[in-house]
Amino acid sequence: MLHNLFIGELADRLSKRQISSAELTQHFLGRIERLNPALNAMITLTAEQALADAAAADVRLAAGERGPLLGIPLIHKDIFCTSGVKTSCGSRMLDNFISPYDATVVARFKAAGTVMLGKSNMDEFAMGSSNETSYYGPVKNPWDIGKVPGGSSGGSAAATAARLTPLATGTDTGGSIRQPAALTGITGLKPTYGRVSRFGMIAFASSLDQAGVFARSAGDAAAGLQVMAGFDPRDSTSVDVPVPDYSKALNQPLKGMKIGLLREFFEGLEPRNAALLEDALNIYTDLGCETLQVSLPHLPLSVPTYYVVAPAECSSNLSRFDGVRYGYRCENPKDLMDLYKRSRGEGFGAEVKRRIMTGTYVLSAGYFDAYYLKAQKARRLITDDFRSAFAKVDLVIGPTTPTPAFDIGAKMNDPVLMYLNDIYTIGANLAGLPGVSVPCGFVDGLPMGLQLIGPHFAEAKLLNAAHQYQQATDWHTHAPRGYDQ
Amino acid sequence: MSLTRQDVEKIAHLARLSITAQEMPVYVSSLSSIVDFVDELSRTDTEGVLPMAHPLDGQHQRMRADVVSESDHHDKYQENAPAVTAGLYVVPRVLE
Repeated sequence: MLHNLFIGELADRLSKRQISSAELTQHFLGRIERLNPALNAMITLTAEQALADAAAADVRLAAGERGPLLGIPLIHKDIFCTSGVKTSCGSRMLDNFISPYDATVVARFKAAGTVMLGKSNMDEFAMGSSNETSYYGPVKNPWDIGKVPGGSSGGSAAATAARLTPLATGTDTGGSIRQPAALTGITGLKPTYGRVSRFGMIAFASSLDQAGVFARSAGDAAAGLQVMAGFDPRDSTSVDVPVPDYSKALNQPLKGMKIGLLREFFEGLEPRNAALLEDALNIYTDLGCETLQVSLPHLPLSVPTYYVVAPAECSSNLSRFDGVRYGYRCENPKDLMDLYKRSRGEGFGAEVKRRIMTGTYVLSAGYFDAYYLKAQKARRLITDDFRSAFAKVDLVIGPTTPTPAFDIGAKMNDPVLMYLNDIYTIGANLAGLPGVSVPCGFVDGLPMGLQLIGPHFAEAKLLNAAHQYQQATDWHTHAPRGYDQ
Repeated sequence: MSLTRQDVEKIAHLARLSITAQEMPVYVSSLSSIVDFVDELSRTDTEGVLPMAHPLDGQHQRMRADVVSESDHHDKYQENAPAVTAGLYVVPRVLE
């Protein structure tokens, strides 16, 4: 079945002209039509454009051009601006917004010859860990449609896990790629801060946001990252560091690699989660790795630090949505203040308003030092802890999430309970570090992920370690029932 | 350290967000619990620690050459505007 093949296999068949990009695209469009209604993973389908892109890719292939993603379908999280196509960020605020330009990430995939199937559902303005805050309704987890797929990139994760697409983009500010990847049994990569351009990626928290990729294997994720990564002069936080060949690095033997077991991650870990991690550690030891204990004593401050810094940055970034130049405008505003307040009050959902107000509070006069400045200091402590750990080990390992996917609606009334889902992922965002989640087993029939975190610009090493694990195990090949046929 | 209704009204005003009377108690309660949660930071010793605004050390704002690189796409960029007249965004009267 085409949708069970990995990207390398699809590219091989395309290059041998055993299949055309048009046929491949039709196949995935057909699956989306049939299977997406139960999942609600998509906000916009771009079938007509997809077939045009596929035809263009077929012309390039017929002319002898080859490329790892030429003719390969993908889905973009609806946070990436796509020229001429609705870009909603999961919000009523941008329900009427047709982007006039492409994000750099989108443009790079286009140049590589990918075929965009559509834009995926997401938590509103990327704020959430369950894809329940979207204006367009919750996304369902293909493993159990009564459960959440995780968030904020829930649509991209669910669509990839359901084999509606071989590849999908996402963003990760506090775990929004890694956490849904873990809950849906797929591979999700968050690169180093500055590795991938944020130009055209609607901003949530500018010092934390990073674009990344979902796929069903480390090899496929490597192909995606290869296209996305690289300096972009249009992003002032983009880093001008050479991009290695991620695919070539996959097959390096792991012998001698030092993997750190984060004490703070393993403390109080639920026993079945711990057992899966134990199994994974044994695999890594068999592959020749050395495992050492490391401690990041300030790591428990991650979640409160994040929930000061991220809302503060979001309150600033979302101030541009004012009903004046684009986006939602309230009806019959009586004056400018009313225009602002009601456009924003009506255009934004509850979680977004909560975070804007939290941010406004921690930045306000009299509270700035106690909260925001304090959080920035805590951030440095956490970052320094990681730096000390990476002086001793190559990568750090731990669980991605505290539990498997939870019921839709279970945590919506308690924001703090919802925030604690990100307990293992947030540290990497605060320190700007790359992280990957790969499937490592099941608890209660639901997928669980293991997380690897590396030092800055260590994506090649992360993907190498993930790939070798996937050569020795088959968790990443499991499909949710009903979605492999 | 819970927030009062007046606190939340003031914050909502600063953030230019309209909150209805029915919504207000829910926001007071959830914002209070969030603020209580992040208050844990106040118990951390950060004496002598420099604040970190940016995850990568040594990054600074890049400057580019002072040459024209963009052209006028006024009409295209205003296609999404709620109300436009003669290339200007129309809003309720600001000055009396």
